[in-house]
Amino acid sequence: MHTRLLAAAAILAALGAAVPVHAQIKVGVTVSATGPAASLGIPERNTFAFMPTTIAGQQVQYIVLDDASDTTRARQNTEKFVNEDKVDVIIGSTTTPNSLAMIEVAARSRTPMISMAASARIVEPMDDVRRWVFKTPQSDALMASAITQHMSDNGVKTLAYIGFNDAYGEGWAGEINKFGELRKIKIVGSERFNRTDTSVTGQILKILATNPDAVLIGASGTPAALPQATLVERGYKGRIYQTHGVANADFLRVGGKNVEGTLLPAGPILVAEQLPESNPSRKVALEYKKLYEAKHGPGSLSTFGGHAWDTVLILQAAAPEALKKAKPGTPEFRAALRDAIEGIRDLRATHGVFNMSPQDHNGLDQRARVMVRIDKGQWKLAQ
Amino acid sequence: MNLDIALLLGQDGLTNGAIYALLALALVLVFAVTRVIFVPQGEFVAYGALTLASLQLGKVPGTAWLLLGAGVVVAIVDTTVALRERRSRRLPAILGWNLVLPLVLFAASWWLAPRQPPLWVQTLLALALVIPLGPMVYRLAFQPLANASVLVLLIVSVAVHFAMLGLGLVFFGAEGSRTPAFTDARFQAGTMTVSGQSLFVIGASALLIVALYLFFEKTLYGKALRATAVNRLGARLVGISTTLAGKLTFTVAAAIGAASGILVAPITTIYYDSGFLVGLKGFVGAIIGGLVSYPLAAAGAVLVGMLESFSSFYASAFKEVIVFTLIIPVLLWRSLRSHHLEEEEDE
Repeated sequence: MHTRLLAAAAILAALGAAVPVHAQIKVGVTVSATGPAASLGIPERNTFAFMPTTIAGQQVQYIVLDDASDTTRARQNTEKFVNEDKVDVIIGSTTTPNSLAMIEVAARSRTPMISMAASARIVEPMDDVRRWVFKTPQSDALMASAITQHMSDNGVKTLAYIGFNDAYGEGWAGEINKFGELRKIKIVGSERFNRTDTSVTGQILKILATNPDAVLIGASGTPAALPQATLVERGYKGRIYQTHGVANADFLRVGGKNVEGTLLPAGPILVAEQLPESNPSRKVALEYKKLYEAKHGPGSLSTFGGHAWDTVLILQAAAPEALKKAKPGTPEFRAALRDAIEGIRDLRATHGVFNMSPQDHNGLDQRARVMVRIDKGQWKLAQ
Repeated sequence: MNLDIALLLGQDGLTNGAIYALLALALVLVFAVTRVIFVPQGEFVAYGALTLASLQLGKVPGTAWLLLGAGVVVAIVDTTVALRERRSRRLPAILGWNLVLPLVLFAASWWLAPRQPPLWVQTLLALALVIPLGPMVYRLAFQPLANASVLVLLIVSVAVHFAMLGLGLVFFGAEGSRTPAFTDARFQAGTMTVSGQSLFVIGASALLIVALYLFFEKTLYGKALRATAVNRLGARLVGISTTLAGKLTFTVAAAIGAASGILVAPITTIYYDSGFLVGLKGFVGAIIGGLVSYPLAAAGAVLVGMLESFSSFYASAFKEVIVFTLIIPVLLWRSLRSHHLEEEEDE
């Protein structure tokens, strides 16, 4: 009898402990920390390790899960967030396919979601589902317009394209066709290769036969070094452009001498120290860099972690507004948070300045990209 | 397309084909002796390449830890079996191969790695670290099931592949590596430049193939393997240990895999998961040889390399489709030619 009483008391105590004294903001985070997108997902996961634990005086709890770059897992994580954890906001995932798999769950449960993936399709076209979805990285279109502008400023008339044989490469092929036409740049070749290919000699020979003024490589991470190495080996002398997908230290390590002189568009965080004092992202980016490198060593910063940091800057800006209207953990709070994010104006972040609106759930403008050149194994701001 | 481009594509195809040929030979060998379709063959390629890359960065490669761990597990399993069967005379050999050897290799890499030894020392060390994993994988995954059906062995093989893939990600990280070329030499042959590295790859592959031929024709162990491949029961009756044959086969397969990895690493960036696709192309070659004929498998692998190279020029988006579609007419032709392809269910 005595033990039974004790057990009952223990259960009651446990239940009591489970009910938080103060309401706290719960953030469900899913990142691709393993699998093919791991080089993007790992810096993002690392960033959540030192996120602020209080926002506007409220405790914040981050529940960070790995989705292994797998769309099914990303969706399962999201279902868990909304059904079991009852989160107030979902952050993730790292890649476009994963994020697209999640938006339906976010909208159904009426939970705001902030993606860290690039494609414009995550927030466009605006509809009832995407009302709940925001994203921090720049869209390909913004970056493609920067590249084509730089090309036409530097007298490039003909361009050959080689990109991944997947959504990333196809997306860039589409954007570059569109913006190339606007700038009167003729696309003379369009080739594809796979992330795992051991040789791209065939594609490069075909590109060289058309003798283009510039070559754009539409690939991300270290695999993007292979076409460039082959171009250099075959004695190509024109300009070589890469996309912002290569902006990490591993690309420089693997590319070595072959990637000298490469031009690419990137978020301002990549060259934070070199930005003029007047640049709105400089201060924020340097603060983030200091925090990240204090934990992971000098030179460890990756721009992808910046996208994760920006999601929380958005939360910090929007949460006080939402807290005035409702308590965390309620549907009203989630709706208020969504409205508050949509109302963000002039938020200075590591990758640019956010101006959200009901039509634009990305909110970045030209301030979100700079042209960068690789010079002696370093990123240098190009003029 | 002019002659120059055709020659360059041919050179590229032959270089890749030489690597695929080595892997195709290893796959045929493993299948003939143990009936295992060796899916993790590609992982040995990645392990070989990435182990060398870690050594060059002055780090102790993760495979050194794996070798220690696998060695300890094998030693425990084998010691238990030996004690149960009261054959304590086996113990020194078990402990020597599975504990002392990995420890020595680990110490060697721990001592050598930060000292940046010459490339050939690093290469030998990388080979020495990866090759013993072959027989250990056989001991742990396949030996207990040596008499199971081909399908069961294939399933185990896939499981081993995923395990090694995951370990590869832990040890080497998600990003790829490239190692410096063994030679920067370039030769001018008519209008065409031939890179020394391509010649090195083709030469090394040819040399390895000759070495394999001599091993099978001239040595007792080689003949024992051939005998096991032809008839397992017969080989056992004349006193050839099928366990030894299995371990030896996996040693050879691991050696070929690691060597191919080291050969291919300067040409392209290798990731922890690159091996699978390279192995798969070797497999297409091996299928062309019907998983029995060594010369046909090697020729098939070179054909795969050539096809890959030329299709990447003509239709880069469909390259893999073209390469892997090759397997369909080959299988069709094979199934029409021979009516008995069912596996022997009587084992």
